[in-house]
Amino acid sequence: MTKIKSLADLRKIKEDLQEKIRLRENADQPEKLVQIKVGMATSGIASGAKEVMNFLIEELEKRNVEAVVTQTGDMGYCYAEPTIEVIVPGKEPVVFGNVTTKKADEIIEKYIKNGELVDGIIPRNYETIDN
Amino acid sequence: MAKYNQHLLVCGGTGCRASQSDAIVESLNRALTERGLENEAKVVMTGCFGFCEKGPIVKVLPDNTFYTQVTPADCDEIVAEHIFKGRKVNRLLYTDPENQEHVSDSKHMGFYRKQIRIALRNCGFIDPENIEEYIARDGYAALGKVLLEMTPEQVLDDLIKSGLRGRGGGGFPTGLKWQLTRKVQADQKYVVCNADEGDPGAFMDRSILEGDPHSVLEAMAINGFCTGATKGLIYIRAEYPLAINRLKIALKQAREFGLLGENILGSDFSFDIELRYGAGAFVCGEETALIHSMEGMRGEPTFKPPFPSESGYMGKPTNVNNVETYANIPVIILKGHEWFASIGTEKSKGTKVFALAGKINNVGLIEVPMGTTLREVIYEIGGGIKDGKQFKAVQTGGPSGGCLTAKHLDTPIDYDNLIAAGSMMGSGGMIVMDEDDCMVAIAKFYLEFTVEESCGKCSPCRIGNKRLHEILEKITKGEGTMEDLENLRNLSQVIKDTALCGLGQTSPNPVLSTLDNFWEEYLEHVTEKKCRAGVCKHMLRYVIEPDACVGCTACARNCPVNAISGERKKAHEINQEICIKCGACVEKCKFNAIFVR
Repeated sequence: MTKIKSLADLRKIKEDLQEKIRLRENADQPEKLVQIKVGMATSGIASGAKEVMNFLIEELEKRNVEAVVTQTGDMGYCYAEPTIEVIVPGKEPVVFGNVTTKKADEIIEKYIKNGELVDGIIPRNYETIDN
Repeated sequence: MAKYNQHLLVCGGTGCRASQSDAIVESLNRALTERGLENEAKVVMTGCFGFCEKGPIVKVLPDNTFYTQVTPADCDEIVAEHIFKGRKVNRLLYTDPENQEHVSDSKHMGFYRKQIRIALRNCGFIDPENIEEYIARDGYAALGKVLLEMTPEQVLDDLIKSGLRGRGGGGFPTGLKWQLTRKVQADQKYVVCNADEGDPGAFMDRSILEGDPHSVLEAMAINGFCTGATKGLIYIRAEYPLAINRLKIALKQAREFGLLGENILGSDFSFDIELRYGAGAFVCGEETALIHSMEGMRGEPTFKPPFPSESGYMGKPTNVNNVETYANIPVIILKGHEWFASIGTEKSKGTKVFALAGKINNVGLIEVPMGTTLREVIYEIGGGIKDGKQFKAVQTGGPSGGCLTAKHLDTPIDYDNLIAAGSMMGSGGMIVMDEDDCMVAIAKFYLEFTVEESCGKCSPCRIGNKRLHEILEKITKGEGTMEDLENLRNLSQVIKDTALCGLGQTSPNPVLSTLDNFWEEYLEHVTEKKCRAGVCKHMLRYVIEPDACVGCTACARNCPVNAISGERKKAHEINQEICIKCGACVEKCKFNAIFVR
């Protein structure tokens, strides 16, 4: 490691290093960020939920959307896997079904960034108990 | 660099490591590799989460799942279920004692809800052995700001306005202390960190050094810049090996990064820090004794003035602060004194770390704003008294403090309120007592400690405390008189007024505060020869009720001192002169025929 020789250097290094713990910082205040839960039960994984999740994580970062992407169990919509639940700060959760990477792209651009609704919304038939 | 989707934080504090957290890290890594997830989830060993009662802790991010009492055998299931499939392992989640429901998100646990973490901001969040994670959390940014954008006067002004007071117990305004050292002219000055944490039941300084060592190093360098010192010394007890090890790693990394050493960050300020080990003597927490110990002399206090700010280590001006005080400083510089002063009460700003111990459900380390009430700390954060028993008292301030009772439960905790209530903040130990604790025996316990730890230099402390202990011993044996009670109070007052250093001046506090708050208990011991908590064994009498005894001989056979005699199938009898009150007979009697009176 070369020595840090100025305050500007320190600040630059901090910017770089921050990436490594951004996930932890974001987890500390999820209510201020876009929260996405990906249904990762067997049916979800079989229909490609893993790829969708990786896509979301990578793309959200590339497009500078601060978000927390977590995985959850079966949401109960096995006919429409992969399913994801999206919570934009200040809004009610919305569930999307049959989410491919293409659909995920549309959700990021239209719903998350601009608040426009897109096809594929499943009416929520459950309440999440906050624990 | 691999892009991780999930982080698994494993507690690496002394407590959790004693419960195999090293092996947990290993098992988690193995399980991740077996499933090919090593590039998706990252295992990090952090400092203490504070929830020591349920350790070892494993916290999964970003969903904040808080697993308690994890064993290496559980790791495979955590990886297979949670990391791979996204299903939480319910049996390892924290169970709310009130409604028996699982709480997965640590943000919703009663233990964390009321806490504000400033000094503990990085404990349980970063890897303390990796300076990069500290820098990523704004580490050394305060030092940079101070060195290149501020004058020492501005920094001191900030600190004074922030209202930060010494967290080691005395509560002296930190900014003023720094200013005193700055004002003295000398060719060499020193910055000392007092990490000689000696109160029974206190472990906040150790946890900060184990969980976030760089915050202390950074603050010491800031102090050097303000006071004109170029050398720092950390006085730490040799019985804290993990903290010492992490400090050594931190020092090495800080030097490699050029954050300690010559011309830090291109400024003309140079500063370095060394470690000094103490042998674990309570008196060495007193700053003059600490300095003598560092100089290689006996750890004995000397009269103040001169204060260390004028003549300290090697006769040079020395600034001594406690670990927790230092840990607050970088945040104050970065967030501003207004922010810090907005937390807390009128005369006590910011937060305080407390080590909760004793008869409380959630034993652990907490940080709350000054002004939080004892009730909130004990019942909401601490989860109430163990086994549903009755709260009796809480001891704050260690052997220098006193006992607070139910009438103080709604007192906001700050320096001045605690002193007004007859105790003190001390370093922040809080030992909770229930109805099974005898307050006379508690006072005796603390006196035993001070008698042991007195350096012996001044007679009030050396002889006076010994006499106090003897009187207490006499009372607990059931031989006390009313005159003894009077002597206890008078002698305590004399020691307080005449002892040389803080240790002696405060050592009678446990006696005085129990006399004030539990006078009836002392009276019962003296006049009725009765200990209501059943702790003082000399006052107990084990008696066999002849009508209930069937003469089975079980008690006589199990008595270790053969104090029980009697014929088979006839009532037995206990010889009180031989009986050692061990209680073995009561346990063995199937007919409930033996009573304690």
